[in-house]
Amino acid sequence: MAQVKMTVNGKAVSAPAEGRMLLSTYLREALGMTGTHVGCDTGQCGVCAVHVDGKLVKSCNMFAAEAEGAEVTTVEGMANEDGSLGAIQQAFQDHHGLQCGFCTPGMVMAASALLKVNSKPTEAEVRAHLSGNLCRCTGYHNIVKAIMAASGQDVAVAAE
Amino acid sequence: MYEFDIKSPSKLGKAVRMLRKHEDAQVLGGGQTLIPTLKQRLAAPSVLVSLAKIDKLKGISSDSGTVTVGAGTCHADVAADDTISALSALAGGIGDPAVRNRGTIGGSLANNDPSACYPAAALGLGATIVTSARDIAADDYFQGLFETALDETEIITSVTFPIPDAAAYVKFDQPASRFALVGVFVSRKGSDVRVAVTGASEDGVFRWAGAEEALSANFAPEALDGLTPSGDMIGDIHGSPEYRAHLVGVMAKRAVAAC
Repeated sequence: MAQVKMTVNGKAVSAPAEGRMLLSTYLREALGMTGTHVGCDTGQCGVCAVHVDGKLVKSCNMFAAEAEGAEVTTVEGMANEDGSLGAIQQAFQDHHGLQCGFCTPGMVMAASALLKVNSKPTEAEVRAHLSGNLCRCTGYHNIVKAIMAASGQDVAVAAE
Repeated sequence: MYEFDIKSPSKLGKAVRMLRKHEDAQVLGGGQTLIPTLKQRLAAPSVLVSLAKIDKLKGISSDSGTVTVGAGTCHADVAADDTISALSALAGGIGDPAVRNRGTIGGSLANNDPSACYPAAALGLGATIVTSARDIAADDYFQGLFETALDETEIITSVTFPIPDAAAYVKFDQPASRFALVGVFVSRKGSDVRVAVTGASEDGVFRWAGAEEALSANFAPEALDGLTPSGDMIGDIHGSPEYRAHLVGVMAKRAVAAC
């Protein structure tokens, strides 16, 4: 079995992976990093979203071997260095952007990818950007609010 | 998934040799269709030849009359290039942001899903599909559902699109998958009008000759009044054949209006 090496949240990692091992399986089972969730496992729901070389991807729709040598960021890399919640995570807490929390890792990674390229998105841009992330609890309003708040925008009128 | 080896050559020639050597090898582009297919055990290659490390297949270039997109270019990169705005808008409407960061134009055209968007752009703009072996005109390339002119060991390297005078793509989204329930790509270059339809026909993407003729005489939405495409339309839980045939006309009019 080939050894697959990459950088995850700034740390060099290496683990054996057969050809068919998905990146999501590599993160969760080979590295024990279970912050990245697997929902549908068919590329529909987006809860497994991570960043690969800075780009949002679904880790269940990519092989571990394809991330060889890549910089991967997962939800575990979203907290501040002292372990406190990062700005996006904090906004999700403040604005009740989660209920059961299962989709939240994917939502946070999608939000982070958006805010990196569009620091002040409109509500419509936020909603369009979340088109590949499903949430079955919140109805999305508070997720959108949280992302607007994380971008430093007034959420009193947003998402109403 | 069944077991397979995954190989990532950095040269196109090596990738072709791998396909020749392993009879049941399969090319892996961005994997946004192939990986779900493998998970369902609908394909069982012994070797997957990933094209991701072949840098030559990536990037977009243009000259005065054409835009050439490397086969390994992802949808997000095509969406960000505005040389042919109808093409970038089409790429920006495929799937969702994460899919657009992985899925490639070469993968979409090689797969030729009957509801995919890119085949409509290739046919609607009269593109040339450049492969490891030859150049294929889009008119000769698409040969039915998931069928193309590609040989088993042939790899798409780039796609060259003539820059039109005007073009637009309008699709009626299947809301869950964001594939085209029906999508129509209209382009005009001089007196040449092309109308390509995806998502509708049992035979995959097609040029709607009746609409092209009508629009050549009068390039306006009302020129399509009363026209319906002939041939067998797809009928499924999302829409009947009659509904799709109707949508083709509506989408085509909207595309002409947007040109």
